Amino acid sequence: MQSLSDSFLLAISLVFSGDQNLWEIVALSLQVSLSATVLACIVGLPVGALVAMARFRGRGVLLTLMNALMGLPPVVVGLLVYLHLSRSGPMGFLGLLYTPTAMIIAQTILIAPIIAALSRQVLQDLNAEYADQFHSFSLTRGQAGRALLWDGRFALMTVALAGFGRAIAEVGAVMIVGGNIDHLTRVMTTAIALETSKGDLALALALGIILLFLAMSVNAAVQALQQSAGRWAHG
Amino acid sequence: MRDAAIMPLHLQDVSLHLDGRAVLDRITLDLGPVGCTMVMGPNGAGKSQLFRILHGLREPDAGRIDWNGSATKDARWRQAMVFQKPVLLRRSVAANVDFVLHARRSDRTRVSALLDLVGLADKAGQPARQLSGGEQQCLALARALATDPEVLFLDEPTASLSPASVRAIETIVRGALDRGTRVIFITHDAGQARRLADDVVFLHQGRVAAHGPADTFFSNPPAGVVRKYLAGDILN
Amino acid sequence: MKRNPWFATVTVTVALASVASAQDRSILVQSTTSTANSGLYEYVLPMFENATGITVNVVAVGTGQAIRNAQNCDGDVLLVHAKAAEEKFVADGYGTKRTDLMYNDFIIVGPAEDPAKIRGAADAKTALAQIAEARALFASRGDDSGTYKKERALWQAAGIDPSGASGDWYRETGSGMGATLNAGIGMGAYVMTDRATWISFANKQDYTVQFDDDPALFNQYGVIPVNPARCPDVNGTAAQAFTDWLTSSAGQNAIAAYKLADQQLFFPNAPKE
Repeated sequence: MQSLSDSFLLAISLVFSGDQNLWEIVALSLQVSLSATVLACIVGLPVGALVAMARFRGRGVLLTLMNALMGLPPVVVGLLVYLHLSRSGPMGFLGLLYTPTAMIIAQTILIAPIIAALSRQVLQDLNAEYADQFHSFSLTRGQAGRALLWDGRFALMTVALAGFGRAIAEVGAVMIVGGNIDHLTRVMTTAIALETSKGDLALALALGIILLFLAMSVNAAVQALQQSAGRWAHG
Repeated sequence: MRDAAIMPLHLQDVSLHLDGRAVLDRITLDLGPVGCTMVMGPNGAGKSQLFRILHGLREPDAGRIDWNGSATKDARWRQAMVFQKPVLLRRSVAANVDFVLHARRSDRTRVSALLDLVGLADKAGQPARQLSGGEQQCLALARALATDPEVLFLDEPTASLSPASVRAIETIVRGALDRGTRVIFITHDAGQARRLADDVVFLHQGRVAAHGPADTFFSNPPAGVVRKYLAGDILN
Repeated sequence: MKRNPWFATVTVTVALASVASAQDRSILVQSTTSTANSGLYEYVLPMFENATGITVNVVAVGTGQAIRNAQNCDGDVLLVHAKAAEEKFVADGYGTKRTDLMYNDFIIVGPAEDPAKIRGAADAKTALAQIAEARALFASRGDDSGTYKKERALWQAAGIDPSGASGDWYRETGSGMGATLNAGIGMGAYVMTDRATWISFANKQDYTVQFDDDPALFNQYGVIPVNPARCPDVNGTAAQAFTDWLTSSAGQNAIAAYKLADQQLFFPNAPKE
């Protein structure tokens, strides 16, 4: 049984060996998951804002649905995207299966509900504070929503991070729609799954440690941004 | 071309019930086209709820509200309201004013003039929520004035502020009155009412207990509850 | 996080462009895992790519899933090891022609103490019968891989239906070969695997080959270009070029030359032209 410290040393030596393959995989992981996070925010944040502000029949059911979709299994998302992007599927003509784009699409679908549901929660609290004032200004719904999103931006960064964390860590969806093709669609998690299946647990764990540091770096960067600019949101 | 003014205002039997209690009980009231109306009365008299109804933040259960021929929903964009606890955006002082000008498609170069008006020009770049309580209320006033309201509602804007801040806000309100803005102002401070009021509405238990010109209101209080209130008794 | 749609658009466009440019001169192989995990492709594919300029991308999944993916036209070449299923694939019109490519053999690995004493058994079905008799743990793929199909055929030959013991001593992992080996070794179970995967497997612990060397354990790999008549988007020319190269003396020599731990993993046996 390989020990954790062996893997830790292996992770460090991998990072400093300048292994071209490793950096390729790291770069693709970041490219795919960051793109998916940005796209999921573009879709999810306005939905979160609208639901946060609106009162309508069936809202409770919608909230339950949104919260439930946060638990979408990545494999199911992967399968759904596969069935659509397969050459024999309805969008097969696009030729997107087994490309980074397909992986971005799958991860976007996976995390957009997380962004929408969590931002709804954050913005609903903010809206409770702002609603009367916005009403008083006779704002349109779009103006109010944009103002909520902008004023909630620091809390929403944490929401985006939650989505990014889910995206960078998932393996089920990218494995199916990306195919774990060397030099084309291999990302950190599928590489870890591959090394595990080859029985090279030390290397798998070492890659896992690097993935953890990758996620921590992104989190730290966002946190630093929040702290340097967050004073605007005080109170 | 501007529509007809939204004042004078006429309320006929306006009622509101909350949790089975009559918060406003058949309020009938006429407010004239100009000047400053101070609304007074003990806590729970229904002052803030009356404001919310007049500003269109809440529908009354019954009664009629007539803004010189307009309905409240059509009159609201020509009103502004400053809340007791200012709700400032999580942005800079200047951005708070700019937000309103932009939302109203108004001239955005007016930001500095408006900040000058309320004495916040030197704090334009600071985070709004780090201002003192008095400064926050001044900023809320600047934002309200940015909409060029015909009617300005002020819901206890000077509650728990320092005397200097109270003076600053009263100066701004006087300036608005001088420019022809109709001011409707809730206060617990009889001195403030004396300083600003043209007429006074006294609410008690959801009803208009008294309404009259300021000079006679204070020299010769028209009702027993008003006398007790001004004498410092606690009313229920 | 600042929401910048421009950034996302650029990212997606770059991703699309990089794929589009590679598409003309590249093919996708739907492959069984053993050939990929053993490192065979990393050894032979550069030779083919140098010779032709065609890039080969490999999706390594179980044989059953590889066949289904190819049936959905999501691949240009199929390289698996389940002869009957492959022949059906061609007969159903999904592939142009199946060619024997290479072979190796299946083995049964188990813990050092060999609880069912299968070492030295007369043949594979006897070994399995002993495992069933001893109710020793056996970890099965439990998917529709080539290995699983072979394993079930052997049980049948032994006259045993292990399904009744599923969850008891017969453990179906429903996973790939590597995951099944990890699970089997973790629980001290016998596992049937192809020899190439076993030689390249790094987490053997105290496991050794407990049974091998039976003609019934023969493991044949075949290669099939996906039929362009059925899947118009496949790169038929390049797929045929790849198949031709693999079965040519150059490809066959390359396969024979690949060694891991001083052992030859695959034995070429494409028909000579």
